[in-house]
Amino acid sequence: MKRFSQLFSEIDRTNRTNEKVAALVSYFNEAEAADAAWALYFLTEKRLSRPVTGRQLLQWASEASGFDPWLLEECYDRVGDFAETVALLVSEGDKILDEPLSRMVEEYILPLTDMGESSKRSIIVDTWMQLRKTERLLFMKMITGGFRMGVARTLVVRALAESCGVDKAILSHRLMGAWQPDAEGFQRIVSTNTSDDLGALPYPFYLAYPWEPEKEESFDVSEYRIEWKWDGIRSQLIKREGEVALWSRGEELITDQFPELLLAAASLPNGLVLDGEIVAWSGGEVMPFGELQSRLGRKRVGAALMQAIPVAFVTYDLLEVEGDDLRTVELDRRIKKLSELIPPQQLGARIFTVPELKASSWGNVSKWREKAADFKTEGVMIKRRSSAYGVGRKKGDWFKWKVDPFTIDAVLVYAQQGHGRRASLYTDYTFAVWDGKELVPVAKAYSGLTDKEIRKVDAFIKKNTTGRKGPVRMVKPELVFELAFEGIRVSSRHRSGVAFRFPRISRFRTDKPIEEADTLETICALLPPQAISQPTRMNQLELFPDAG
Amino acid sequence: MALLTLTTKGLYCEAGDFFIDPWESVERAVITHAHSDHARPGMKAYLTAMSGKGVLHERVGATAKIEGIPFGQTVEMGGVKVSLHPAGHLLGSSQVRVEHKGEIWVFSGDYKTQPDPSCEAFELVRCNTFITESTFGLPIYQWDDSRVLYREVEDWWRANQVLGRTSVLFAYALGKAQRVLAGVDPEVGPILVHGSVNRFLPHYEAAGMPLAKAEYATPELIKQHKGRCLLIAPSSVQGTTWLKRFQPCSLAFASGWMTVRGNRRRQALDRGFVLSDHVDWPSLMETIKATGAESIGVTHGYADVVVRYLKEQGNEAWVLKTEFEGESIQEVDSREENAE
Ligand SMILES: [Zn+2]
Ligand SMILES: [Zn+2]
Repeated sequence: MKRFSQLFSEIDRTNRTNEKVAALVSYFNEAEAADAAWALYFLTEKRLSRPVTGRQLLQWASEASGFDPWLLEECYDRVGDFAETVALLVSEGDKILDEPLSRMVEEYILPLTDMGESSKRSIIVDTWMQLRKTERLLFMKMITGGFRMGVARTLVVRALAESCGVDKAILSHRLMGAWQPDAEGFQRIVSTNTSDDLGALPYPFYLAYPWEPEKEESFDVSEYRIEWKWDGIRSQLIKREGEVALWSRGEELITDQFPELLLAAASLPNGLVLDGEIVAWSGGEVMPFGELQSRLGRKRVGAALMQAIPVAFVTYDLLEVEGDDLRTVELDRRIKKLSELIPPQQLGARIFTVPELKASSWGNVSKWREKAADFKTEGVMIKRRSSAYGVGRKKGDWFKWKVDPFTIDAVLVYAQQGHGRRASLYTDYTFAVWDGKELVPVAKAYSGLTDKEIRKVDAFIKKNTTGRKGPVRMVKPELVFELAFEGIRVSSRHRSGVAFRFPRISRFRTDKPIEEADTLETICALLPPQAISQPTRMNQLELFPDAG
Repeated sequence: MALLTLTTKGLYCEAGDFFIDPWESVERAVITHAHSDHARPGMKAYLTAMSGKGVLHERVGATAKIEGIPFGQTVEMGGVKVSLHPAGHLLGSSQVRVEHKGEIWVFSGDYKTQPDPSCEAFELVRCNTFITESTFGLPIYQWDDSRVLYREVEDWWRANQVLGRTSVLFAYALGKAQRVLAGVDPEVGPILVHGSVNRFLPHYEAAGMPLAKAEYATPELIKQHKGRCLLIAPSSVQGTTWLKRFQPCSLAFASGWMTVRGNRRRQALDRGFVLSDHVDWPSLMETIKATGAESIGVTHGYADVVVRYLKEQGNEAWVLKTEFEGESIQEVDSREENAE
């Protein structure tokens, strides 16, 4: 437990991604397999079934600390985390336990489930008093479930990959399935024998470049196929040896999130890989991306949710058929084969194709793009008919021409109440991006969220105010939003050194942790080339820049 | 009759016609210590502990009329005997003892009972009524031995030196910063301070406090020592271009608030050192008991919680609503921000 507690402190102490990864790597290198198995189990946010109720824990913590429950609750209000509150209030005795993580879980926690209340109580209270503060916190986290160590799953996988030398995608795939958190289970996860895994892996996604309309002259429109740019999750649907897998572009296996697609893929032939987009789809059209998001990151996808937010897989490319890799075949021919296998969109279909957008001039393409909002898409795709399915980004074959030319992911840091109808709600937000380890405010935005989202954000703000300055509340940085804007320029008036034109909220990124928000550096890269000199940050603390 | 009452201008002693730490301009103000929530400019006359006179001038202006008296010496004000006693909060910080017709009240000001070589040690004063601060009046606040903490600061500092990072320690410019200077080992490396810390150092030196040698961070010294020095600065410099000159940095905060993980994480700090100049919960309870007071006023922090707890333990206790802010998480002292 000591080594695990050290890992926790190391991760907790730094905001630098590479230091977190380094701490994880050295843990995985040093820990016994049996302990590493449990560490991995908790780090990937798996939880044990909870052996006790919150009420019992509160009662026992009160007895162990000598403070009445009301005082514990006052403390909890301040701390905001029950496990941490208990860790702070109960103090250790003279005898300190020094057990490895695996024994801690297997001998002190797992057996609790089958015990009577008084045995549970005595084991838990005794253990509290035999652990040091951080270990007590971790013990509580393991019992109560909510285990978040401040490290994203992708980082854990990255560290594990670095430690054992197995490819990240393979690790993700292995971790996705059921595995036993014991020495043997861990060894299987990190096994370098990958012959059984390769079958489930996706191809590298081929990505598009932003279209530059001023250069359209140099392209012949008839050589290009125009499609909608769907507002969903870019994915590959793979069916090999009777097994279906859905991979997102971030090398994440998301099959479990979409049971209905899994079901629909049952009738597809084997040895098939489709490229496409998972979208929320109802009544023959796309639903806003926000709806789709509420389908993500769930432990269990219930029938009610599937009914409320039905999804579909819009496929626009065929990468493998009957086990043959088609990626070097021309796009038009791949699509022709695709249309022989997959039907066009029809009532009740979950996996379907959609027709191309007819355009005989770049002017037509531009018109389609202008209509994108009516079709609830993000814009248009421009793909060379003769193109192979390349690797990564290759300039000249695939382009995207979005309605919103620029988007960034930013963190909500300040909020102010709105006007009129929404006067009691916090609707005016200031967003920040990373500059090194700090969040610098970059833009204010008011519009773009649904009423439901506004209420959710409002409740969050009221619960997570960390300070006030006049009517403005400082908010705990936790929520990430995608902001869209028309342009960007250098500005000495803003602390960040840049200003946005017409920023608005395009999405509530409930799927993104704040660590993944954009950095000032990536934003500066969006500046027009004439503004090559990097903007300098202002010394003056301008807390509330008005963008625009 | 109550010896000290609350008015819109602050805590008032009617029998002696003076205020303690008032927030609006008054004729006579007794000042417990020079933090900005207790010492405000604009009073006609100030009375404070002798050793705190210099730092109080820094706070309220060089021309302010300040009288300093030694700890323990009694002055008469309108038939009321007033004396000051060390509060252990920072240099020259005091508790105010007020005696009238055999009745004794003590206002604690901000205080701590933990050892701190940078200031006079807390003195327990027995009284009938004790008005105590409660900035950290929750049982989650229990301070560790500060010596252990300084070793942790030094370890962090050394580790940063290996990585070529400046160790930036955010601390209150008055009190905490000097306490750290009295605690850390200057052998580890050079120590630089922000201007707002620096301006108080001569007063500590004059009082003979054993502080490690620290230099004001001039552009030349920054260039020379960045990457291996310890920089002590108020947290308001976080995010400024001034701080950028020290890059690469590791950021830490020395404060009682660092007890709670979330406070540190929210501010994107690498480390939080739990070091406070206020009493923690156990010392608060111990001190209250040891004063022998029959009646306990609680202010400045978690007054409601402490009062309820004290009442449940069978004490007479009441909330006193003052405008003292205590150690806030975001440093709010604008003078300190602008000192650089
Ligand atoms: Zn103070
Ligand atoms: Zn105070």
